[in-house]
Amino acid sequence: MIEHLNPWPFINGAYGISVLFLAATALLTWRRLRQATKRLAQIEAS
Amino acid sequence: MQSMHSAGERTARGNLSGRTQGGWLHYFANPGRFARFTRPILPWLGAVSALLAVTGIVWGYAFAPADFQQGDAARIMYVHVPAAWVSMSGYAMLALCSFFSLVWRHPLADIAAEEIGPVGAGFTFVCLVSGALWGRPTWGTYWVWDARLTSVLILFFLYLGHIALVRGFESRERGYRAGAILALAGVVNLPIIVFSVQWWNTLHQGNSISFTGSSIYPSMLYPLLVSTLGFYLCFLTLVLARILAAIMERKTSSLLLASAERDA
Repeated sequence: MIEHLNPWPFINGAYGISVLFLAATALLTWRRLRQATKRLAQIEAS
Repeated sequence: MQSMHSAGERTARGNLSGRTQGGWLHYFANPGRFARFTRPILPWLGAVSALLAVTGIVWGYAFAPADFQQGDAARIMYVHVPAAWVSMSGYAMLALCSFFSLVWRHPLADIAAEEIGPVGAGFTFVCLVSGALWGRPTWGTYWVWDARLTSVLILFFLYLGHIALVRGFESRERGYRAGAILALAGVVNLPIIVFSVQWWNTLHQGNSISFTGSSIYPSMLYPLLVSTLGFYLCFLTLVLARILAAIMERKTSSLLLASAERDA
């Protein structure tokens, strides 16, 4: 249970690297998608 | 007029029967159609994947019981196992797209294969690192040249090789062909990964979950399944978003090229 939580697994890094990977990949993908959408809209408008 | 009408009917019937015979694949292989279909579902898919991944990770980290032998170290399972499954399924998808690319020359299959590579490599990296971090407290070492670990490392190199090959040619088409051949040749590694723990004496434990059942207690199995579903949906969302971005980038490039040719 959470009151007996040992923070060791996160400090150990396995959770840290997984969460970091998922968050970073999601952020980079979202930025790429947003840029591609904006650029295409600009080109189509011009 | 009548003959035109019946010709149209014939085409419609042909398309319909084609769809029922697997032609739906060709139907969605059109990049424009794929983009129109994907764009509205992507935000919902992203929200569900994030919710499931967070639920699975938090459940496994904070609420699932610790293992009676390994203690809290076993909690690494809730990120390591989903990452391992996604990395193997991702490679199977990559190989399937490569097959479609070689056989039917679908442009969307080429784009999908190109975009699956980096995401799959990322999940494989997470699997390798989390496995090494789990190995240290349980085996006393981060790494051993055991059949399971080595075959997953080969999977990682196959992903990297595919990424490099696809982008390594001046002609994009040649890159796609070379990458597709590598991806198909590398499929042989998937059964080796799965059955490595049965074929050889490995330090890595045997398979705890199969299609016939599981040896994991339900209080640990459920968070693992939720986390796995979350990781799978995250992979799907990331790949679909990358394919959509790639389609738009290509459309932008072709519009710019057409505009430059008009001006010249």
